[in-house]
Amino acid sequence: MTSQSTKTATGRGREPPKWRMGPASGAGFPIVDREDFSDATFRLEIDHPVMAKAAQPGQFVIIVTHDHGERIPLTIADYDRVKGTVTLVVQAVGKSTREMQQLCRPGTALYSMVGPMGQPSRIGEAKKVICVGGGLGVAPIFPQARAFKERGAYVISVVGFRNRDLIFWEDKFRECCDELIICTDDGSAGIKGLVTKGIAQAIEQHPDIDEVVAVGPPIMMKACAEATRPHGIKTVVSLNPIMVDGTGMCGGCRVKIGGRIMFACVDGPDFDGHDVDFDDLMNRLRRFKEEEQLALERWTETCRRLDMEPHTTTQDSGRS
Amino acid sequence: MPVEAPQARVANFNEVALGFDVENALVECERCLVCPEPACVAGCPVGIDIPGFICKIIDKDYRGAYDIISEANLLPAICGRVCPQEDQCEGVCPVGDTLEPVAVGRLERWVGDRAIEEGWHKRPYIEPNGFRVGIIGSGPAGVACAADLAKAGCAVTVYEALHEPGGVLRYGIPDFRLPNQVVDEEIGNLIDLGIDIRCNTLVGRLFTIEQMLDEMGFDAVFIGTGAGSPKFMDIPGETLNGVLSANELLTRCNLMVAGRFPEYDTPLHLGRRVAVIGSGNTAMDALRVTRRLGAEKVHCVYRRTEAESPARLEELHHAQEEGIEFHWLTAPVEILDDGDGNVRAMRCLRMELGEPDESGRRRPVPIEGSEFEFETDMVVYAIGTNANPILGQTSKLKLNKWGYIETDEDLATSMAGVYAGGDIVTGAATVILAMGAGRRAARSIKEYLGIRDSDIVYQPERSGHEGALFGIDGAERNFVRVRSA
Ligand SMILES: Cc1cc2nc3c(=O)[nH]c(=O)nc-3n(C[C@H](O)[C@H](O)[C@H](O)COP(=O)(O)OP(=O)(O)OC[C@H]3O[C@@H](n4cnc5c(N)ncnc54)[C@H](O)[C@@H]3O)c2cc1C
Ligand SMILES: Cc1cc2nc3c(=O)[nH]c(=O)nc-3n(C[C@H](O)[C@H](O)[C@H](O)COP(=O)(O)OP(=O)(O)OC[C@H]3O[C@@H](n4cnc5c(N)ncnc54)[C@H](O)[C@@H]3O)c2cc1C
Ligand code: SF4
Ligand code: FES
Repeated sequence: MTSQSTKTATGRGREPPKWRMGPASGAGFPIVDREDFSDATFRLEIDHPVMAKAAQPGQFVIIVTHDHGERIPLTIADYDRVKGTVTLVVQAVGKSTREMQQLCRPGTALYSMVGPMGQPSRIGEAKKVICVGGGLGVAPIFPQARAFKERGAYVISVVGFRNRDLIFWEDKFRECCDELIICTDDGSAGIKGLVTKGIAQAIEQHPDIDEVVAVGPPIMMKACAEATRPHGIKTVVSLNPIMVDGTGMCGGCRVKIGGRIMFACVDGPDFDGHDVDFDDLMNRLRRFKEEEQLALERWTETCRRLDMEPHTTTQDSGRS
Repeated sequence: MPVEAPQARVANFNEVALGFDVENALVECERCLVCPEPACVAGCPVGIDIPGFICKIIDKDYRGAYDIISEANLLPAICGRVCPQEDQCEGVCPVGDTLEPVAVGRLERWVGDRAIEEGWHKRPYIEPNGFRVGIIGSGPAGVACAADLAKAGCAVTVYEALHEPGGVLRYGIPDFRLPNQVVDEEIGNLIDLGIDIRCNTLVGRLFTIEQMLDEMGFDAVFIGTGAGSPKFMDIPGETLNGVLSANELLTRCNLMVAGRFPEYDTPLHLGRRVAVIGSGNTAMDALRVTRRLGAEKVHCVYRRTEAESPARLEELHHAQEEGIEFHWLTAPVEILDDGDGNVRAMRCLRMELGEPDESGRRRPVPIEGSEFEFETDMVVYAIGTNANPILGQTSKLKLNKWGYIETDEDLATSMAGVYAGGDIVTGAATVILAMGAGRRAARSIKEYLGIRDSDIVYQPERSGHEGALFGIDGAERNFVRVRSA
């Protein structure tokens, strides 16, 4: 081979690789089930017996949908060690997640999925806990609530949705919680208001709460941490900074915890909410906002040209 | 060595060093003195029989040349491109006393490229011995260890956390120095030995080393996970948008192809005035990548002088030719906000050289009152790496105080049957040293498992050279296996 022939900008467009994509046989990571909770949120169940065996509450995976795709971190929302599957709940917010919404169907496979990443949540000795989930945090809080219950704790879950149509997994939560408080922005179900209102109510009724665990958008986790600070209740949050590798190699996921820099993918993703610099996190999440906007516009345009509704169910296109 | 002109090359990601053609190679070979006691062989960390392969080229037995090189070096097209030859084989070549030394690296690369082009392989007859070995990490250390064990008849599985194998060769070193296709080809050759590479497998989290030995049926394990955790400086402003590590920059560009966003989904958000802190090889790669992606101004900021710069001379020159500005004796002390969470500038100090420090280099000391603002909107940290923490977090392995894995001189770790080598043991080093360590661990693993290679049959010709660092000795020929015990 002369250097002329090695001149490709990327090395892509090459023959299929000789290596295997996963710890098991086959190509890719088969999607075995899907359920749409609303027009933005959906659940995928993926066949990966080794991961189903290893996964613990609080851990996440990084997936890639196709060979031009980006690495997308997603929390493991559930796992079935018998069936050998892991469950992800995805909120379609930008290009990559909307594309997933369109392409990821049972019978197709993810191009890549690695994990479980991050340190498992410490399901400690707490006797009475509040598990708070809002938005994309509702699903990830579930395995933690269940783990606390299995440890014998009294579990109060507070979950927040915009309105009653977006509610999912109510039955799953009821099954593993001693109390479930649903909050909706418009009051169409449960308490009208934010999850912090639910927390306030729970704290009022139970003065002996040992721990609060909150997963959701940074602004919500910040509010939760502020809500518990005056009561001195330990509050654990699960941070979701922008990531690349998830193995501690790039430092893109760095967050400020008590003035020190930590890598969320290997030191977290759980941290003490009272030490987290949320403003810094929220600023860092804006890092690629121009590119995200551009990617989304370009994607919507492509969908329009192909005469597909960008966010409704279509036949899968065979990609991924 | 012909190179592409600087003006043309900053506009693309083509390889800068164009490589020899047959005529160049033959002319270059004629310059070799074929010393009876070749210094270059001792200078090569894996002891390639350099005069031996050069003579084969002169005889126009190119396949023979490849056989000699691949006897010691499993990745010639890669090492020929990225080895710091000026400190190794070429640095000690006596021709270099008066003229340019013999261009060993170029010749090695030429032979390696030719092997890829012609599809030459070295596939010895392999007789399975029933042992299974697991390798963690598919960088040069991991694949070298895997190849030697596969040749010895072990069933080898390599686990890699990322979605493509190669380690730094894949995600770190950019295409204009080492095209991904060359990595594909040379790793592909090793896979053809029967090695099973499995990507997307984060060992420590998906399963532990203990599980590999106890439950998964591996008889031995080799760890080659590299030193890839980037250092920051702990100065104010480090979490502003626009500050990133060279590893992140290079991974986004090399592995994820961010340079072709939005065709590829991964963004980069390139700055207009880029400042790269540090002046090692990683810094050079970061500088030259951002230059090629189209940054208007690219600056290198280093607290010592050009003389102390750890980068290879060739890379430094290439960077200078490509219009990168160097600011020696300059150290940032703070990164400044534009009011919207992005980088606006750095506050820097000018330095002067004082007394020598532990590394023997003169320590830079700040000049009082020399503070100034350095305008920039993208700051890239290329000031070194720490050990990757995952295996330490998830196993009982003994680590040293910096978090690297402790081994004895046979590269055995504190766990029986577990060996380690490459950057995760030594800290950031070179491709060829990592490869040498992988092969050395393979030898220890063979001993541990009681596999003995005999070199009675098939011993190829080679000039003697024992005692080189990581030298491959006679015990390590991989042709006929006799199992003792
Ligand atoms: C550890 C971790 C766990 C996560 N778990 C889940 C999950 O279970 N379900 C789920 O739906 N999402 C989860 N996320 C967020 C998810 O990764 C992002 O929503 C996704 O990467 C957005 O990609 P996009 O191209 O669709 O959107 P983009 O267009 O790239 O971004 C759209 C919006 O999402 C924000 N965003 C971008 N990247 C991230 C990110 N890494 N984390 C948070 N917000 C981001 C941006 O600030 C932007 O406002 C998790 C993130 C992390 C780091
Ligand atoms: C930008 C850059 C440029 C360089 N340029 C040169 C050069 O020109 N010449 C030269 O000689 N050297 C160069 N080096 C140094 C050289 O690349 C390294 O010394 C060498 O790659 C180390 O090899 P390794 O096998 O020890 O580790 P790596 O190449 O780092 O490979 C380790 C692999 O293990 C994987 N891994 C880590 N943890 C796990 C886990 N828990 N489970 C599974 N897999 C895991 C990683 O994803 C990675 O793929 C450069 C380094 C960098 C960063
Ligand atoms: S492997 Fe490196 S040191 Fe050895 S001969 Fe090749 S270029 Fe020289
Ligand atoms: S995502 Fe790269 S270090 Fe955490």
